[in-house]
Amino acid sequence: MGKLFAVIVVVIAAVSATIFILHVWWPPPDISVHGAGIDRELGQTMVATGVLFVAAQLALAWFVWQGSSRREGRPIKQFPGGATPLVVFAVVLVGIEILSLTFVGSKVWANIYIAPPDSGALHIDVQAEQFAYYFRHAGVDARFGGLHPDLIDDGSGNFFGLDPANDTTARDDIVASSLVIPVNQPILLTLHAKDVGHSFYVPDLRIQQDFVPGLVIPLHFTATHTGKYEIVCTQLCGLGHHTMRAFLEVMTRDQYDQWLKAQAP
Amino acid sequence: MHTRYLWPLALAAVASSAARAPAHPAAAAGTIAGRVTFTGTPPKMRAIDMAKEPSCAAQHQTPVMTETVVTGPDNAVANVVVYISAGDATSATPTEAVRYDQKGCEYIPHVAVMQVGQPLEIYNNDQTSHNIHPLALVNPEWNKSQPPGTPPIHTSYATSEFIPVKCNVHPWMHGYFVVLTTPHYAVTGNDGGFTLAGLAPGKYTVTAWHEKFGEQSQEVTVAATGRVTVSFVFKALPY
Repeated sequence: MGKLFAVIVVVIAAVSATIFILHVWWPPPDISVHGAGIDRELGQTMVATGVLFVAAQLALAWFVWQGSSRREGRPIKQFPGGATPLVVFAVVLVGIEILSLTFVGSKVWANIYIAPPDSGALHIDVQAEQFAYYFRHAGVDARFGGLHPDLIDDGSGNFFGLDPANDTTARDDIVASSLVIPVNQPILLTLHAKDVGHSFYVPDLRIQQDFVPGLVIPLHFTATHTGKYEIVCTQLCGLGHHTMRAFLEVMTRDQYDQWLKAQAP
Repeated sequence: MHTRYLWPLALAAVASSAARAPAHPAAAAGTIAGRVTFTGTPPKMRAIDMAKEPSCAAQHQTPVMTETVVTGPDNAVANVVVYISAGDATSATPTEAVRYDQKGCEYIPHVAVMQVGQPLEIYNNDQTSHNIHPLALVNPEWNKSQPPGTPPIHTSYATSEFIPVKCNVHPWMHGYFVVLTTPHYAVTGNDGGFTLAGLAPGKYTVTAWHEKFGEQSQEVTVAATGRVTVSFVFKALPY
C-alpha cells in the first residue's frame, strides 16, 4: 500500500510538471508593452517553485517507498541533529526564495502600479457596476463632465451621473460599453465602482486591478496589437458576476478616430 | 293590487341594479379621447450596446434605443399613461393577467399598466438569466432571478403605485409597472392618441403620466353619450 502511495505521488508530480512544461493552460499571447516583464517574472517563479515542487514530491515518494519496506521492530532512523535544524533550514530557504522573487519582480510591478502614466496618455474613465462596465471618453472638448451620483440613471443611459443640462463639458462626453483604444497609445484609466467591488482583468494585457467603491484608482498600459479581447470581472460581485464582461477593442489610429466621430452625441 | 304580485318586480329591479356594477346610475357610454404631444426639444435617445450579451445582441438588426422619451410624428409622445385619477367608480378586479416579457434584453411593453390586485405574469424569453427588480416604495419590493427556461413569475400589487423596473443583470433594461385603481386607462402609442371609453356621465379628473415629463391633470365633464376631447402638451427639454 505504501509503495502504491509513493507511485501516486510521483505520477501527480509528473503530470503537474508536464502540464506546465507543455503550456497546456497558458496565458494568451501578450499584447502590452509591460507584459514581457510580467511573463519573465512568471516564468522565473514557475521554474523556481516548479523545481522545488518536483524535488519535494520525489523526496516524499522516496521516503514513503523506503518506509513501506521497513521490517517490524527495526529502529526508525533519526536525521542527524534532529528535525528542528532541518525545519529551520527549509523555512529560511523558502523565505529567501520568496523574498528574492519579490525583490526581482518589484521593478516590473512598480512600473505598472507606481510609476506615473505617460504624459501623453489618453485618459478614459471607467464605471463598473453590477454587472457591466462603461467607458467614458472626454469628447471634442477634451474635458470630462463632472460626476453626480444622484443623477445616475441606467434606464436612460446616464451610467456615470452626468449633468448635461447644467454642465456643458458633459454634453460631448462619449460613453461606450466597450473599451475602444488606439494601438501603441499609452492609456490611462481611472476606475470607479457604483455599487460593490469589481475588477478589471484583461489576460492579454497582463493587467488586473480591483475597483473599490469610493476610490478612483488609476491604471495605465499601452496595447501593442490590434484586435478584440475580453475584459472580465474577477471579484465575485453578486448574482450576475459570471455575466460581467466587456470587450477591449484595439484599433489603428485611423479606425479609432472614425469610431470616435461616429459615437459623438 | 296585492303586494304578492309586486315581489317579482322588486327582485327584477334588484337584479338589474346588481348587474350594473358601477355606482354611476346612468349608462356608461361616454368617452374621453385625445392626444399627448410635446413642445420644445426632447432629449435624444441613445443606442444600447448589448455586446456583453451576444444572445440578445443577435436578436436585433438595428440597435435598440433607450425608451425614456419615445416620440412619434407631429410631436406625439408615446408611453404616456392616461387614466381617470378621480371621479371613477370602483370596479371588480380583472382576472385576466397582464403579460410582461423580457425579450432581446428589453422589457415589452416598456410601460405595463395593471389594476390593483390584477394578476401579473413575467416571462423570460431569452437564452440568458434575467433578474427582474421592480423598485416599489409603497408595495413590497422584491427582485427575482429568472434563468432561461424557467416558468413565468406570477404576482400582483395591492396598492396603486408607479414602479420603475430594472434588471439586476443588464443595467440598460428599464421599464415601468403602473398600478391603478381605475379600469379606465390607456397607454399612448407612437401617434400619441388615447381613448377612455365606457364612462358614465359625470365629472372626472384625467391624468397623463410620463416617466420623464411628469404628470398633468384636467377636469372633464362627460355627458350621457358624449365624447370629450382632451389634449395634453408636455414641455420637453433636450437634457
